[in-house]
Amino acid sequence: MTETVGVLALQGDFREHIFILRSIGADAIEVRTPADLAKVSRLVIPGGESTVIDKLSRIFEVAEPIKQRIKEGMPVYGTCAGLIMLASEIGGAMDGQQNFGGMDVTVERNAFGAQLESFETDLDFKGIEDAPVKAVFIRAPIVSRVGDKVEVLSSLPNGDVVAVRQNNLLGTSFHPEISGDSRVHEYFLNM
Amino acid sequence: MTDTDFGTSRVKRGLAEMLKGGVIMDVVTPEQARIAEDAGAVAVMALERVPADIRAQGGVARMSDPDLIEAIIAEVSIPVMAKARIGHFVEAQVLQALKVDYIDESEVLSPADYVNHIDKWAFDVPFVCGATNLGEALRRITEGAAMIRSKGEAGTGDVSEAVKHIRAINGQIKQLSAMREDELYVAAKELQAPYELVREVAATGKLPVVLFTAGGVATPADAALVMQLGADGVFVGSGIFKSGEPAKRAAAIVKAVAAFTDANVIAETSRGLGEAMVGINVADVPAPHRLAERGW
Repeated sequence: MTETVGVLALQGDFREHIFILRSIGADAIEVRTPADLAKVSRLVIPGGESTVIDKLSRIFEVAEPIKQRIKEGMPVYGTCAGLIMLASEIGGAMDGQQNFGGMDVTVERNAFGAQLESFETDLDFKGIEDAPVKAVFIRAPIVSRVGDKVEVLSSLPNGDVVAVRQNNLLGTSFHPEISGDSRVHEYFLNM
Repeated sequence: MTDTDFGTSRVKRGLAEMLKGGVIMDVVTPEQARIAEDAGAVAVMALERVPADIRAQGGVARMSDPDLIEAIIAEVSIPVMAKARIGHFVEAQVLQALKVDYIDESEVLSPADYVNHIDKWAFDVPFVCGATNLGEALRRITEGAAMIRSKGEAGTGDVSEAVKHIRAINGQIKQLSAMREDELYVAAKELQAPYELVREVAATGKLPVVLFTAGGVATPADAALVMQLGADGVFVGSGIFKSGEPAKRAAAIVKAVAAFTDANVIAETSRGLGEAMVGINVADVPAPHRLAERGW
């Protein structure tokens, strides 16, 4: 039996993740409930607004089961807001904002400023050696503190860390699902 | 490492992709913006008067005071949008200078140009525009809009026009998809939209940008209705802060949009919301006062 990859589908660009996962042959489904989560062996947390994904994950009671699965070692990949959801600490959080945690990093929300500062560029990515990754940053966060057990996979020329991995958890500030570069998703499926 | 590009189509359209499944709320003060963010708004629209008040008070409606827009930007961590008049590219230049995250070239304000819309390619900040049908949506995309919202009839609390417009846009997309390729030339002529864009929509079965619904959404069930009709998300204007309990209603609409196919969730979240905005039937609005007819 092939494994099923879930995409948290509460808010944000979850359809783009489903599309890119299916394009590389994965069996991808939307996850909205604890019952959906039970069907998957991996999870992607999409881009969106972290404040909204946080609230909805608590309202629909998937937050605690996701935290539990993260502790049990389920591979999880978060893009942008998804990376914020995986951080142990959030910079610039809204009052009362919560997240799933799991990765020993501090992530600064909206670190570049307004939408005018959003950009796309090509980045070297450790583990994807053939060519640079096409990276789209949209009101993106950066990783401002990297814990001892966290591996930095990609940084901007100024040193800002924008892709990290800690064991079963992967996070990028940027959106490969928007640029259509499927290699980061392939990397995730091979984790 | 190669070039870094700002203001590309991918970056502009990408922000709208991140807003999908969310609710964008009209706010007229920083306090309302705080309530909206706390309730789970995915973005706020900063303006001086909600459409219901613009409608009631009449007169020329213009871009909001920069002080108000900046105070709202300072208050919240989510994206802030603001409205420019149709064709008023200087209001748009000002909004870009204020670093709003999205500009709404909006029929809710009084048009500044009855012939031309803003050339939106000239800006790095993305634009959302209203449309009542597919041709109008494609003309706005041709001018550079990075997001479309079906217009509805703003400030009425009557969802019927929103339903009509989202059905029109999605119905026309389905018709295009069903056509033979040699019929798309005439389809483009009839839609008054560029052939290349028409062919793209026919091939993909969707707009190349995100499609939200606006205008007249007042209840969680209204929001779920337009979502089931194919909207990617919802704008709520007067519906929240013209109601009895804005915070509660805002949170309820957010929940209904996230779970728009689940009648049990919509039922639960519809309970005890207090008074909805009073509303006007669109049929009772004299034609010259219908905002959806502005823009072409």
